[in-house]
Amino acid sequence: MMLGLELAYWQESILRSLGVLAAVLLPAGTFVYVFLFKMVSFMQNRLGPMEAGPYGSMQLLAEVGKALQKEDVVPDAADRTLFKMAPYLVVATVLLTYVVVPFGPDMVFIDNQVFGTGIFYVMAVSSISVIGIILAGWASASKYSLLGALRAAGQLIAYELPLVLSVVGVVIQAGTLDLQRIIVAQATGEIFGWGAIGNPFILTQFIGLLIFMIAMQAELAQTPFDMPVAESEVVGGYHVEYTGLRFLLFFIGEFATAGAFSAIAATLFLGGWWLPGLDLDANYMNVVGPLVLLAKMMVFGGIIFFIRFTYPRLREDQLQRFAWKFLIPLALVNITATGILKVVF
Amino acid sequence: MTVTESEQLAYVAAKAADARVNVELETDDGMTLNIGPQHPATHGTLRIVAKLDGEQVLWVEPIMGYMHRGYEKLVEVRTYPQITTLVNRIDWLAQTCNETPFILATEQLMGVEAPLRAQYLRTIFHEMGRIAHLTMFLGDMGVQIGALTPMFYAMRDREFVLNQTESVSGGRFHPNFNRIGGLKDDIPKGWLDETIRIMRKMEAFCDQMEELLLGNEIFEQRTRGIGIIPAEIAQQYGLTGANLRASGVDWDLRRDVDSPMAWKHADFNVVTHTDGDCYARTWIRLQETREACKIVTQLCEDLPAGPIMAKVPRIIKVPAGEAYVATENPLGEMGYYVVSQGDLGPFRVKIRTASFHNISIVPWVLRGVYVPDIISILGSLYFILGDIDR
Repeated sequence: MMLGLELAYWQESILRSLGVLAAVLLPAGTFVYVFLFKMVSFMQNRLGPMEAGPYGSMQLLAEVGKALQKEDVVPDAADRTLFKMAPYLVVATVLLTYVVVPFGPDMVFIDNQVFGTGIFYVMAVSSISVIGIILAGWASASKYSLLGALRAAGQLIAYELPLVLSVVGVVIQAGTLDLQRIIVAQATGEIFGWGAIGNPFILTQFIGLLIFMIAMQAELAQTPFDMPVAESEVVGGYHVEYTGLRFLLFFIGEFATAGAFSAIAATLFLGGWWLPGLDLDANYMNVVGPLVLLAKMMVFGGIIFFIRFTYPRLREDQLQRFAWKFLIPLALVNITATGILKVVF
Repeated sequence: MTVTESEQLAYVAAKAADARVNVELETDDGMTLNIGPQHPATHGTLRIVAKLDGEQVLWVEPIMGYMHRGYEKLVEVRTYPQITTLVNRIDWLAQTCNETPFILATEQLMGVEAPLRAQYLRTIFHEMGRIAHLTMFLGDMGVQIGALTPMFYAMRDREFVLNQTESVSGGRFHPNFNRIGGLKDDIPKGWLDETIRIMRKMEAFCDQMEELLLGNEIFEQRTRGIGIIPAEIAQQYGLTGANLRASGVDWDLRRDVDSPMAWKHADFNVVTHTDGDCYARTWIRLQETREACKIVTQLCEDLPAGPIMAKVPRIIKVPAGEAYVATENPLGEMGYYVVSQGDLGPFRVKIRTASFHNISIVPWVLRGVYVPDIISILGSLYFILGDIDR
């Protein structure tokens, strides 16, 4: 049963696939338009796109149309199969990540009773994209691509660890890996016996959230951690040889991943699709829930892109030092403190 | 089917080209990375061949000449008044600064000196060129390090200075305003007050940049202690301008050389720094922008009345002789060695540009650094391609 309708299995599957696609593309498109086109333009003292549609809101369609028209160039020396496969691998990762994100009490793509690993699955799947990036970098047969891909690999390995460790605190507090139950735990939680706003984990896991945000910035390869694509150094890194549709896929992958991680962060730390004052089990939450989640994702997306266009870029070795010497010890301290407090209270 | 000789030659040439590419791809003793000629960090078409071990540089070699436009030869077939148009394009961001030393050298040969008002105005334009140029540098340094936003602020505020130049000369980048013996025109009414007001804006821009860019922790991490050039090495390689002053050498042609310009009437500091690293070079240029604003404000306030053109014949013939005049341009010392044989045009002109010498230190300073540091060092050495290749 899905949304109160009796559907055959194949009908449900099609609905779910379309739902995941919409969940990937809508936030990605919104992020690109609101943050990359408009917010950044105002930060940089310019208007941004204004011609296509009201306030340039159709600019995204124009860009996609442009990318689709372009010739699909494969360099002579490239490994053709791997070169063509890589962007699909990157996008597939994002699709897989969204599968477990709950958008409402019943708005889930995979049943929790069947698939209860939730956040563990997200952390495991999200690192597949680095394989796509290494493939792209190696198969391009370009030195700049190779440098970018190896930087991306080193960076993603270094920042996967603080990302996972920062989530552990939340898991300890909620007592479950399942994202739906993490939301319920936040909604029904109490702050010293006062339960009006539940207990969003941003209050108790603030350090965890900070580490998560920093690691997320590095996972997404956004400034100040954008060495894999640094355009003044390696001229775009692993996607330097890509054109047309395949470049578009990398581009979608980048922003859809930003959306996916924002959704995860919103679910873990801000209470996901639930807002104080709303009924946790009501049917209308299946409609309101996605909107609430999208609003919370926009908060994180705004922070990501605000930082991206404010800071300069670190060097690769400085980034590694920061991850191993500062973030990981801090995350471990956070886990220990959370564990002790969980036992004490 | 017979194979013609040209086809055979083409085949051999293609094979040879392939072999060369394959040598470049070999990774036995490090990887050869061609940075440029088409690379965003080279401001044009400079090529830097780097031998890398991982991301560490083993050796580098800058290769120039992709933008050689033959100015030294071209000016030999131009008359003296025509040359300023041409040399304007050498350092394309510096406005009138390119014209100044050439005009001074010609005037020295002719024994003419511009009236005091023209000297003041020339100095004002020269310093405004410096402000426009260094403003661009501050934005560009951010882009090289990875911060895109300062560039847009720099573009916005540089526009004020360019507009002032345009309102006098009609040209934004290539004003061609200097004439032998003076200036083309006098300034329009109200221009001085507007300029003083804009200089205050530029000082505010410097404050903003100091906080936004130079005060940023990541910027400091990327530039402090990177690309250190000691004073002796800098002098051996012939570095000039801010690159030399960042190494602690107190040397500025505006103060040290007595030229018929108005610098001696203005009160300004020559800023030096002892570190000699990328941060020092950026910081020096920021302070120089401030000092230039100070100079322009002072000169605008004290601008004397009088003619703007000395008495020169309608057809300019320069008596036989030689002269070398250099001025302190935004990039460093720019000098013209003019040899005249008494004709309408010069017999030979040697142009000494700052970037050519500033970039020659690259093989020395880039040894052992990482690839990202190449970019920040090149950015802080600050060169203009037209200024290297001429």
